[in-house]
Amino acid sequence: MISADLNTILPEIVLTGFALLGLLGAVYTTKDKAAGVLVWLTAGLMVLLAAWVAMSGDGSTNIAFHGMFIDDSFARFAKVAILLSAAAVLVMSKSYMTLRGLLRFEYPMLVALAVVGMMMMVSAGDLMALYMGLELQSLALYVVASLRRDSVKSTEAGLKYFVLGALSSGLLLYGASLVYGYAGTTLFAGIITTAQTGGTSLGLLFGLVFLISGLAFKVSAVPFHMWTPDVYEGAPTPIAAFFATAPKMAAMALFARVMHDAFGHIINDWSQIVALLSVLSMFLGGIAAIGQTNIKRLMAFSSIAHMGYALMGLAAGTVFGVQAMLVYMAIYVTMNLGTFAFILLMQKDGAPITDIRSLHMYAKNAPGRALAMLVLLFSLAGVPPMLGFFAKFYVLRAAYEADMTWLAVAGVIASVINAYYYLRIVFYMYFGEERSETLDNQNGGVLTVVLMASALIMIVGVANMFGVEGMAAAAAASLVN
Amino acid sequence: MDTHLLSIITFVPAFAALILAVFLRGDDAAAGRNAKWLAFITTTVTFVISLFVLFEFDPNNTDFQFVDEADWLLGLKYRLGVDGISILFVMLTTFMMPLVIAASWNVEHRVKEYMIAFLLLETLMLGVFMALDLVLFYLFFEAGLIPMFLIIGIWGGKERIYASFKFFLYTFLGSVLMLVAMVAMFTEAGTTCIGGCEISLLTHNFASDDFELLGIQIIGGMQTLMFLAFFASFAVKMPMWPVHTWLPDAHVQAPTAGSVVLAAILLKMGGYGFLRFSLPMFPVGAEVMTPLILWMSAIAIVYTSLVALVQQDMKKLIAYSSVAHMGFVTMGIFAANQQGVDGAIFQMVSHGFISGALFLIVGVIYDRMHTRDIDAYGGLVNRMPAYALVFMFFTMANVGLPGTSGFVGEFLTLMATFQVNTWVAAVATTGVIFSAAYALWLYRRVVMGDLIKESLKAINDMTAREKWILAPLVAMTLILGVYPALVLDMIGPSVAALVENYDMALEAADTAVQTADASH
Repeated sequence: MISADLNTILPEIVLTGFALLGLLGAVYTTKDKAAGVLVWLTAGLMVLLAAWVAMSGDGSTNIAFHGMFIDDSFARFAKVAILLSAAAVLVMSKSYMTLRGLLRFEYPMLVALAVVGMMMMVSAGDLMALYMGLELQSLALYVVASLRRDSVKSTEAGLKYFVLGALSSGLLLYGASLVYGYAGTTLFAGIITTAQTGGTSLGLLFGLVFLISGLAFKVSAVPFHMWTPDVYEGAPTPIAAFFATAPKMAAMALFARVMHDAFGHIINDWSQIVALLSVLSMFLGGIAAIGQTNIKRLMAFSSIAHMGYALMGLAAGTVFGVQAMLVYMAIYVTMNLGTFAFILLMQKDGAPITDIRSLHMYAKNAPGRALAMLVLLFSLAGVPPMLGFFAKFYVLRAAYEADMTWLAVAGVIASVINAYYYLRIVFYMYFGEERSETLDNQNGGVLTVVLMASALIMIVGVANMFGVEGMAAAAAASLVN
Repeated sequence: MDTHLLSIITFVPAFAALILAVFLRGDDAAAGRNAKWLAFITTTVTFVISLFVLFEFDPNNTDFQFVDEADWLLGLKYRLGVDGISILFVMLTTFMMPLVIAASWNVEHRVKEYMIAFLLLETLMLGVFMALDLVLFYLFFEAGLIPMFLIIGIWGGKERIYASFKFFLYTFLGSVLMLVAMVAMFTEAGTTCIGGCEISLLTHNFASDDFELLGIQIIGGMQTLMFLAFFASFAVKMPMWPVHTWLPDAHVQAPTAGSVVLAAILLKMGGYGFLRFSLPMFPVGAEVMTPLILWMSAIAIVYTSLVALVQQDMKKLIAYSSVAHMGFVTMGIFAANQQGVDGAIFQMVSHGFISGALFLIVGVIYDRMHTRDIDAYGGLVNRMPAYALVFMFFTMANVGLPGTSGFVGEFLTLMATFQVNTWVAAVATTGVIFSAAYALWLYRRVVMGDLIKESLKAINDMTAREKWILAPLVAMTLILGVYPALVLDMIGPSVAALVENYDMALEAADTAVQTADASH
């Protein structure tokens, strides 16, 4: 029995083993000199694991450790997205970090451990497993946020993230203990039988609310979003790129997992809360981003708004809703990778620049990159024919089918507000008068590739979404029953 | 009929844009010239191919023809086709685009990007008129905002930033509401096929009972709400009073070619949308809203004509006159009888030629003097006789002089409205007088009189290129004015079917209400 269990979590074991061995090896031998190689190795391993996870299972659901760990299509979908985006971020960050002396060997290892935590989260079948995964992820992220030790902003980002993260973990734990107290078990499979429609105890509902608060913090949904802009701004840009992609995917998947696996019978009780989080995030993210001139802060608010849209799919509480959310997250992650590749390319005389006003007439110097960014920005705004529109279309449809027309209407109105600040970047890149001061026009290597690929996906993907739609449908079906 | 002709027409310009983007290097004069020629040839070829469609098209068949279909995401379909209503808009687009490109021959600032934007815009506009899938329609409809936003923002005048943002956000807000209604239709009907499938939206009955929303009794229920959502989008696009304010800004700031496209084609998307969606799919909702829309149109005609009277900027004046002319279109559409819809479509086509030509005419002197201020001109007839003649012709056409195409559209829509709502027709007719006032006054101030302004002493008449651009427009305006049957025969059967279905749907709804009342 135990060997079958271990078999199920083999990808996680491999990644953990690799991270620990890498740490040990580097400490005792070359230290930071091997960091570059380790980055590539880690990224390569993640891609391999993604392929492995994607191939394995063929639609089956494997349960390990008496229900603590669930390996189903839903978990595999999320894991593939997490692994691929983490690998992309690692590759993107290498040159940036080398240039600024930030590339320590701990960095790829910490990312790898965070990814293990995320994989654990999306497969959690129990409140304990959930918490373990969440904390493994969070602790690794707190450290990488303050990777630039001698910078006040970076350490501030790490500290803020840690204090608020600890608070949210506290909320989550409190909720978990209440749920345990009233359900008598920490297994999702046990909770769901206790939490039946009509017969739900008040204590369980309280636990649910606290759980949602903790999870909302992790996906940075309003009103639990305060940390996001500061952390994005303070952390080194590649780390911010990481925060915007893999952990968001993991947290959103975990959110869906808890809501459906543990509280799937009382959808009416939580879907209103989630809908409220969704509306607030969409509007606050959009309105707050208008005033930003720092592109990292702007992207932070943008991601808050995007989480609002993804939550719209979750609020629907249906199979299609989960599918819509997964599709949304997959597209969101791809767009953000490209956008952050662009932000990493923004530098002047070798120093990173984050002020969007410095993009003045960027289109003149680097027409290709400006065009790719233009595509991404319109995609982020949800303007067709880019894929970003389809992401929105899916969640709108999910909301409408779940009789939440008001949510859909609020969503499209918020999307107009959100469009404004994306257009503002286009305005800087294209509409200005010519000026002598411009950003560096370096070749960019990997970054340019990621940027172009992501923009191309946004356009070409319209044809058939590279089959993600079908996978998301299978994943959603395996989660919701 | 298995043919990819429509897909070819739609995507030839986009393909040329791709070639420009990938293969054309450098930004010197030679590269610019190549870009211009490639764009011109592409648009001309597109026009020639579309002529094949026109000749093969059977006006007596009211179904969609030349249907091209493929599977797509989420059970959606990529589906193109034309019927009697849309073919004219397709032709209008392909006809205008070579002229638009030719009118941009003086552009020197980032020519390559300029041509790419216009070619992509053509693809998207053609897609709007051909799309037979709801989401595909929305895709083309919205995507058109991107190139237009860039055209205004990059190549526009002094206030271009404000104008481009206003244009984008205004129209975006209008259409996202339509998106929600589309999602609703998709869910209710289970299909996004507009017409000609096993289940299609044109034949689906979106019936529902009246219900209360936020304390307001919604007559017509769901249908009225969906109608309003679509109305929000098309009324902004049209544009109808009072949501027309983006148009003068956009027109004034856009480069000449941008204004021409905006006036001749983009505005027609609103009218086309009313005919394709609002009227046939939500007849009950349309009937509920008809009195309001008719009055809005009448107000638009009178009010914007008066506003046009006091404009100092030539382009702004023509922009307001466009809003007034679009008032005739909405009036005709919602009169919902054969003359009305015929007249509305005719008016749209004719307005495409006339207002497009008027913007080109303003562009001719703007290129020379770099001002659009009416006071800066006067007595142009002395130095520019040919220009004065063409300007005179289109001024008259704009006023609606019999013998030009402008007359037919206005007459038909007024006649149709008179049968439905006499008072609206009476008010709208006074607008015709105002339009004569502002158009003739503009002409007098710009062209007539003595040439006293120093700066104008050396102005030259139109070049051969400018004459060749305007000649086809003169010809079309005259031909359609003298022989309107050319258009009316083409659209007649399709419009008849549309009107008949509309009346039948209303009757059915009435009987349903009566039986429901009787059973109570």
